[in-house]
Formats: sequence, structure tokens, C-alpha cells
Amino acid sequence: MVKYIIKRILLAIVILLGVSVIIYSLVRMMPVDFITTQFSDQFAQNNVDIQAEIERLKVFYGLNDGIIEGYFKWLGKMLQGDLGNSFKYSDKVSTIIVENMGISFGIAFAALILEFLIAIPLGVKAATKQYGVVDYTASVLAMIGTALPTFFFAAICIQLFSVQLDIFPVNGMTSTLPIDASGWTRFWDVIWHLILPVGIMVFLSVGSLMRYTRTNTLEVLNADYIRTARAKGLGESKVIYKHAFRNTLIPLVTLLAGTLPGLFSGAMITEQMFGIEGIGLKAYEALKAGDIPFIMGYNMFLAILTVIGTLLADLMYAVVDPRVKLTK
Amino acid sequence: MEEKERQKRAEELLVGEEISNLSSQEGAEKRPVSEETVHIAESVAALEEEEEQEHLEDRVKMLSPGAVVAKRFFRSKLSVIGLITLIVLFVFSFAGPLLQFVTPAVWGQDEVDRSPGKIVEINSPYEYDDIDGNDQVAYEYIASPNAFNFDGPISPTHLLGTDKNGYDVLSRLMYGGRISLTLGFVVVILETLIGIVLGGLAGYFGKWVDMLIMRIVDIFNCIPQLPIMLIISYMLDANNVEAMSKLYIMMAMLTLIGWAGVARMVRGQILYLREQEYMMAAEATGLSLWRKLFKHLLPNVLPQLIVSMTLGLGGIILTEATLGYLGLGVPDEYATWGNMINVLTSEVSYWGQYPNQWVPVGICIVLAVLAFNFVGDGLRDAFDPKMKR
Repeated sequence: MVKYIIKRILLAIVILLGVSVIIYSLVRMMPVDFITTQFSDQFAQNNVDIQAEIERLKVFYGLNDGIIEGYFKWLGKMLQGDLGNSFKYSDKVSTIIVENMGISFGIAFAALILEFLIAIPLGVKAATKQYGVVDYTASVLAMIGTALPTFFFAAICIQLFSVQLDIFPVNGMTSTLPIDASGWTRFWDVIWHLILPVGIMVFLSVGSLMRYTRTNTLEVLNADYIRTARAKGLGESKVIYKHAFRNTLIPLVTLLAGTLPGLFSGAMITEQMFGIEGIGLKAYEALKAGDIPFIMGYNMFLAILTVIGTLLADLMYAVVDPRVKLTK
Repeated sequence: MEEKERQKRAEELLVGEEISNLSSQEGAEKRPVSEETVHIAESVAALEEEEEQEHLEDRVKMLSPGAVVAKRFFRSKLSVIGLITLIVLFVFSFAGPLLQFVTPAVWGQDEVDRSPGKIVEINSPYEYDDIDGNDQVAYEYIASPNAFNFDGPISPTHLLGTDKNGYDVLSRLMYGGRISLTLGFVVVILETLIGIVLGGLAGYFGKWVDMLIMRIVDIFNCIPQLPIMLIISYMLDANNVEAMSKLYIMMAMLTLIGWAGVARMVRGQILYLREQEYMMAAEATGLSLWRKLFKHLLPNVLPQLIVSMTLGLGGIILTEATLGYLGLGVPDEYATWGNMINVLTSEVSYWGQYPNQWVPVGICIVLAVLAFNFVGDGLRDAFDPKMKR
């Protein structure tokens, strides 16, 4: 087990190195004078000394050195947790990421929990009553989820619920409340603002999760021990919820573990549509402003999250399912 | 569950049933032969049987594998609906703009409607004190015609209104379809070519080749697509790449990120096929490596590849739309669906007022993606010899 984990971690490091090489070579391909001309107004706006900033950028990305030497210098800084300085927010990239990822994680986590709570029971139901109403609903939802772009669906929802019906706020996290508003009022206010974005996230991804649960349950239901359980004369509900259901959970737990780190990355489009101040919106604004150091740092952050996600999923798989042998 | 199994088996046996029906007919014909003529008939029997055999072969249709796939494909309603939708969308985008010589409702893709359009009314009050010190309010009323017809409503000359630049929405929908629908083919074909070569190498040679290629695949799987595309977009701007060529280069870069999935799939298939008996036979007959790879292995991966390519086409339409939405696409005068949906990044107060500018585009995107997915699913079912439903 320990050997396997060490092997996987070493592999993850190799992958991250590969990603960093690609990202770094992209920076090197960019002409430096382009950065100077492109961002001089922006620096002027923020009252930043242009020459000093450009010089700092050159030093940070090792642009004054050869490509290999520069890469290792940059890598050294990355290893110390220094992701560079953002033009737009005039702060360290790592600080901005850490400050803003909480909200993104909160929203994505709420959406994920809701998805699992809805998808698992319905998915099992769809499998036991194949070709029934629930089953077709799952298929249709899955189809919609893959074909409907988030921004289009969000726009329709805003148009319908916020503009026409005026039930939910158009965007933002809080509305203007009286200063003496109690904690509860503030709490409900935030919830009220988040219903639409979270609902959209759930709606668009619940279908595929339902299909996934359904496929897994079907597979389990065909297994020999289920036939044995039925042959013993157990009741149908006992067969399904005691024998089949637990085994259905194995791939789902793995999936959950794999998704968790990705929740920190923020939903760029949903956050932008609803004006939620999470890491996704920050990245979108940096993207609009052409804040290259921030995007670079954000890329590395995302790559690290993905690697951790796959690592967790593989390890979890081994933990949950004792049949999996780790000496690969 | 059982019923479905039975149904499935029945469908598989369709061709077989036709044969058995025929043979029972054959039996029925033979029965009325009287005993007297038996000895005469016996001598002719051999001949007759031969005739019967010929007859039978004529009546049993031997379907080629391609025809079987086509038959299964057209049996599924969803895939036919998908195919028809795609045909309609393609005709709409490619033949539609030709109508501009016929009706005034179709415009060029960057043709601005220079008619004054609606009149902007500025109605601003301003307050002042008069000589007696009383507050007075005066209203200034300005009504000026526009230089061009922007944000126009639905009208006979603009069936879906105009956008903020005075372009006709319906016409741009057609021109946008030309690009958005075909762009995917470039990406998917390139992706598949790279995927076949690398995945094939990894699967066939195994060992360190496999190890190396699969680690590269892992690396590319960890690269976040959208932010990397942004950097590439800036790089292209920096190197002064203009307009349409920028879009095509960006799509080509997309393939550089996207080939990893195809390679992984091809590798898995090749690993499985390599162990099959017929490959052992190919090995034993001493076929060349080239022939084994391209004549015996790849054709068997092709069905999966075609399915993943069709599903990929839908995905590319979504990616193009997302890139356009994020403002990474081409300049405004070129119409793509992504470019048109970009209106959603403006203020809600603006796009909420003009649903005619974004709802049709969104519907087109959803329709195209659904259609490609339906066709892809239909192909997968058609290719699957076990006919899973």
C-alpha cells in the first residue's frame, strides 16, 4: 500500500513537471515588447512603475536567462509557492487564489452534495424500474446536461426568474440590507442569492450522475450474489438496499474523491453570469484584462488540483474495494 | 429485464427467422406430392432441389456489414431525427445566404443596415431657480435619428431583428453556422489522426513506448483547456495573426490538447485486439508490421473512432461557443455562433431587453450539439454487434 502510494505520488510529480514545461514554453513564446505595449496603460491606471514591473516580470520568468536556466529559476520560485504577481489585482497570485477559493468551493460543494442526494436514489430507482418514468427522465436530463451551454441556460433562467417573474435577484451575493439586520436575515439573503446558480449547476450535471448510478446498479444487479440473495428468499427491498446498494456506492465514492479537489477551481462561467466573487470570476476578469501572470498561476493551480483529484480517486478505489490489488 | 433480453435476441435473430420461414414453405410445397409419382419424382428430386436452393439464395438477402449498420441506424428514431436536424442546419447555413439575391430579409454577414432605425429619445429634466427664487424644472427633449439601425426589433426586413452593430441576426445565424458547424471537422479529424498514430504505437509496441506515450497523455489530460486557450489567443495576437486564420490556428491548438483522449481509447482497443486469435493468425502468416497495423488492427478500431468523432463534433461546437462567449474568438464582423452569444457578457439590462439577439443562437447551438450526439449514439448502437440498447 505504502509502496503504491509513493509510486503514484512520484508519477504525479512527473506529470506536474511536464505541465510546467508546457506552460513555461508558452510564456517564452510571447514577445516581451508585446507585454510592454499591451499593459502600459493598465500599469499607468494602477499607478505602477512600468519599467520596474516589466523588469520584475523578466526576472520572475527568467526571460533574461537562457530557456533552460530560466525554466529552473522559475520552477524554484513555483516550488516555494510563489506563483508570480498579478497585474490586475496588484497582489501575489497565490494570495488572490487562496482568498477567493473559499466561496467557489462552498457553492460547488453545495451543488455536489445536492447532486449526489438527488442522483443516487433516483439512479437506483431508474435501474430497478428500467424503461420507467424515472429512467427516461434520467436520460433526458443527461442529454440536456451535455448539450446545453451553461451561459445560455443561465441566461434563460435569469431572464425568466429574475427579469420576468422577479423571484430571484439578478446577480451578486448580497442585497442592500439595513445595518441592524440580524445574522439570520443576512444568511437567508445569501441563500436566496445562491439558489439560482446552485440550481443551474445541479440541473446541468445531475442527469449524467443519475445515468452513472443507473449503469453501476444494473451491473451489480446482474451479479451472482444478487441471484443468491434472491434465491434465499430475501425481500426485494432488502436485496436492493442491503446487498446491491452498498456495492453501487464503490464507484460513486471514487468519483466523489476525484471531484473534491476540482471544486476549488471555481466555475468560471456560472460565477461570471451571476457575479459571484469567487476564484472563477477573478480568473475571468484577469482573462479579460490579459493578466498573464495570474492566468499562468491559475493554470498551475488547476493542474495541481487535477493531479490530486486523479490520485485521490485511484487511492480511494483501492481503499473502498478490497478486491483491488495495489501491487501494480 | 427478461423481456428486454428476449426482444434483443429476437432482433438479432431477424435474419435467421427469414430463412426458417422459407424452409417451412419449402416443406409445404413438398407435402402434396402423391405416392405414385414418387419414383419419377425421385429422379428429378436432385434437380429440383438445386432449383429450390437457387430460389432460396435469391430470396434471403445477405446484407453486407455496412448495410446492417445502416439498417440498424435508421431503425432508431432518435438518430434519424438527429440526422434530419443536421441536414436542415447545414442547408440553412450553406444555402440560406444565397437567398440574399431573392429576398430583402437576408443580408450579408457584415452588411450594416444604414437605415435610421428607431429614434433615440432623450428626455432629460433639469432644474433651475427662476428670478423669484422658485424651483423650476425644464424638460429638454431631443429626438435624433440614428446613423444606422442597431438593436432593431423584429420586422419584415429583419426577421430576427438586428444586433448592436446593425447586422441582421438571421443572416449572421446562417453565416455563423457555416463556420461553427464545419470547424469541428478540422479539429476532430486532426485529433483522431494524432490519436491513432500515438495510441496505436503505445498499444501495439507496449513496454517503454507505451509507458512514455501514456505519461504524455496524462500530462495533456491535466492541462486546463480554457485558460491555456486564452494564453494561446494572446500569443496569436502578439504575433499579429488576424481574424479567421486566428480561429483556425486556435482550433488546431485545441486538437493539440484534445488528442490525448483519442490516443487512450485507441490504445485500449489495440491492447484488446492484439490478443485476439485472428491477430495470432496474422502473426503466423508472417504479414509485415505495416499490413498488420493498417489492414488488420485499425479497421477494427474504426467503429469506435467514428462514434467518438461524431460525439466530438458536438463538443467542439460547445467549445467554440464558450471561447466566443469568453471573447477569445474572431472580430465582430465575422459571424460565428460563439461570437453571437457573446452578447450575454454585457449587462443584464441590455441583453434582457433583446432576447432576439441570443435566444435563436442558443437554440441553434443546442440543436446542433443534440443532433450530433443523437447521431453518435445511433452509430454506436448500430456498430455494436451485441446491439445493446
